[in-house]
Amino acid sequence: MVNAHAKDESLSALAASVVERARKAGADQCDVIVQRYTEGSVTVRLGELEKVIEAGSQALGLRVINGGRTAVCSTTDFNPAVLDKFVTDTIELANISAADEFAGLPDAALMARPGIDSLQLYDERIAAMTTEERVQLARDCEAAAVGYDSRISNSDGGSVTSRAGEVALANSHGFVGSYPSTSVSLVVEVMADDEDGKKRNAYWFSSERRLQQLASPEEVGKIAARRAIDQVGARKIPTVRAPVVFEPMMAAQLMGSLAGCASGSALYRGATFLSGRVGEQIGAPGLTLLDRPHEAGRAGSRPFDGEGVATRDSNLFENGVFQGFLFDAYTARRTGKTTTGSAMRGIDSLPSPGTSNLILMPGEVPPEAIIAGVKQGLYLTTLMGFGFNPTTGDFSRGAGGFWIENGEIAYPVSEVNISGSMQAMLAAIDAIGTDLTWFGGSAAPTIRIAEMTISGL
Amino acid sequence: MSDPSTRALALFSERYNVDSAAIATVLGVALSRGGDFAELFFEHRESGSIAWEDQHVRAASRQAVQGLGIRVVKGDAIGYAYTESLDLEAMRRAADTASRIGRGDANIMTIDATPSGAVASSYYGIDSPFTSIPAAEKVSILQRADAAARSHDPSIARVDASLFDEIKTVMVARSDGLVVGDVQPMMVMRVSALSEVDGSRRNAATSGGGRLGIEYFDRITPEHLGSESARKAVLLQSAIAAPAGSLPVVLAAGDSGILLHEAVGHGLEADFNRKGTSNYSGRVGQAVASPLVTVVDDGTIADSRGSINIDDEGNLPQRNTLIENGILRGYLQDEISTRHFGVGPTGSGRRQSFKHYIMPRMTNTLMTAGESNPEDIIRSVERGIYCKSFSGGQVNISNGDFVFSATEAYMIENGRITAPIRDVNLIGNGPDALSKVTMVGSDFTMADGGWTCGKDGQSVPVSIGMPTVLVDGITVGGTSVG
Repeated sequence: MVNAHAKDESLSALAASVVERARKAGADQCDVIVQRYTEGSVTVRLGELEKVIEAGSQALGLRVINGGRTAVCSTTDFNPAVLDKFVTDTIELANISAADEFAGLPDAALMARPGIDSLQLYDERIAAMTTEERVQLARDCEAAAVGYDSRISNSDGGSVTSRAGEVALANSHGFVGSYPSTSVSLVVEVMADDEDGKKRNAYWFSSERRLQQLASPEEVGKIAARRAIDQVGARKIPTVRAPVVFEPMMAAQLMGSLAGCASGSALYRGATFLSGRVGEQIGAPGLTLLDRPHEAGRAGSRPFDGEGVATRDSNLFENGVFQGFLFDAYTARRTGKTTTGSAMRGIDSLPSPGTSNLILMPGEVPPEAIIAGVKQGLYLTTLMGFGFNPTTGDFSRGAGGFWIENGEIAYPVSEVNISGSMQAMLAAIDAIGTDLTWFGGSAAPTIRIAEMTISGL
Repeated sequence: MSDPSTRALALFSERYNVDSAAIATVLGVALSRGGDFAELFFEHRESGSIAWEDQHVRAASRQAVQGLGIRVVKGDAIGYAYTESLDLEAMRRAADTASRIGRGDANIMTIDATPSGAVASSYYGIDSPFTSIPAAEKVSILQRADAAARSHDPSIARVDASLFDEIKTVMVARSDGLVVGDVQPMMVMRVSALSEVDGSRRNAATSGGGRLGIEYFDRITPEHLGSESARKAVLLQSAIAAPAGSLPVVLAAGDSGILLHEAVGHGLEADFNRKGTSNYSGRVGQAVASPLVTVVDDGTIADSRGSINIDDEGNLPQRNTLIENGILRGYLQDEISTRHFGVGPTGSGRRQSFKHYIMPRMTNTLMTAGESNPEDIIRSVERGIYCKSFSGGQVNISNGDFVFSATEAYMIENGRITAPIRDVNLIGNGPDALSKVTMVGSDFTMADGGWTCGKDGQSVPVSIGMPTVLVDGITVGGTSVG
């Protein structure tokens, strides 16, 4: 279900027409992004249907750059009379801003060219999913989790959300592009109890652009249940310096924090410890971290970025050497570089550089061998909180997982904290696993950091 | 000026022709398949912001959003749909979608959709809405903050700031006949300063705001926000590595209320307790904290960021006692959970927008003042840390483990505050940490700032408050062992 106002007009034609209006109203440069989607979501808890959500939504964002003065406005009302006023208001608002010599669209030559869409971002089967299908998936997933083991004592439910939509972008260089995409996600959370009644909860999920790629509901349910049961009896450990093995999901989270430090936005603000360090050996020789926007069917894939620039591969780290930052047009000009096609774009905000699909390349050590090589250390499966400072690289976050004794998982651990500096942590990566695992728009294998501070008792 | 409910209803009626007849029609469609209860949540929101970077306005922005969220309840199940179009036809379609949860014959009831009258009290109201303030004046506020940060210390190399304002108008119309609205203003200013000394860069941010217009700056000046950011950034230049391990922690008055938000507040939201998934489930009447601890959630504090005249289900906010002298007294309720527990509403049903379903949420969460002199609290600690500002926190509802990140903290040695320490995370368990509260200060302070609470992907504005408190042992996640 979409707003009747725009039903008969293609999104790219609408975007182009708003660009045209803005040009006529006196904008030097402008671009327009339009998004439209329908979504359906269900939650099943303890076998009962708890929540059904179905809706459609649309929104339009306009950026005007007049003599280097920038304004960004958004509206959800596509009525032509409303749009006319919206355009003139945006142009007027730009006058508040100061002329900024670095503001402007990317160079016209960098715009993506229309081509064959080989990215496989859209799946008709997801677009056509019914509430009943979503309910069945959620029900099967939750049942698999709850039924996995009698120690599973409660459930927060299983949920399925599917979304089908389209995004269009047009700008005053004459660029007009659009692409449809779909996504579906399945998530379940259950809990088991310690002897003293303390609850040990765990979730698992699968999130994909194509239905056939989605993990089976049984598999997702069983993993969630096993992760909850494995945490039963978790305890705090004494404060110690020891190796920390990051399971793939934790390694992917750590790399996400690192990639934030490689943003051109952090660079020009002086807010990253990577500032001035391109070409330096920062990480261990095994650390190769890539941004890959053209992985077929992956969550972060896209043919053009939030400014219409053709996306391309970027390497953030190769063999531990920092290769460079990700840029949009503004941050590139500010720092004397060229955009890397990394602009992320909300409807109502300025573009800002970000990752597409972030991949930490796998190494040669089987994950079991990484654990086996630890005399005493932490196997990390949970991180909590926001304790990372990109400017200094100081890292300090809540943690949970398992204690490793003589190369074997000994017992579950909770309510501890791990800390270190990102620089030191990257340099201390002494094992990288073979088990590359995808989580939406990121992928990583198991990694081991030779030493971190683990705070506990 | 008329009361906020009357003004809200007038906006939807005048601008979108959403009158009593339209409301009754849409509610009728919502119940056409046997739903027990239906509720319409109308929202109209206009917001704007100015981004200030390095001595100039980088960009200005404005957003306008309107829409309707429709909830139909059948037993414990919810059907939800929303639409951005407030045309009668679009609203009927959304109501029809939400009605499908009913799976039965129409629940035919006479719906009286006449306005329910003025709200009892208004806890905020703006004298000078941002929309009436000339752009140059807003820009000068940013300029003043920038200048104050730079003049605070020569090492300040860069200042970024933003000024956000919003007027959100809401109307709730329910099948039980409640039709009520509110006009909810909001402003937030944030200033971040970067100190650079011989290549060593440290940054820090300060923010302030509330349900106010530009008159906020009569209370807290832009200069104060600027110089505070600069002071914190400079301080970090001399910060030492934080200790690791379990230590006594003195939490300063104000911002430290984040401890309550994470250690207590979320776990007392009734949806988790209705499902038995919180570590506080089934513990009403039991001791869950030191007898020194009394925690309330109060949606009625004047002009505070977390305050509301009505919650997003149309119920009135109140001062809810959650923990009284260490004993758990009750939960934060929404309509579904009040029916489950057979209790009255607490005015805690909130949502991010018309696109989002209702959950029980916090408003302004605080610990009431105790009797200790704050200086005596610090003097009582032989070796520990003193935490003053925080960037955020998180809790695991099920087992009660929580973290919060201190951005301004110091060592306490022999009863005196000494060296500043680097950013550090603290980790604890709710009831365990609160049972270790051994001193509570007489200096209750509400926090300022742009606190935003996230739950299940939904963000709502909140505030926090606290007196100086000693917790006799929290795990401090520094790097310095021994």
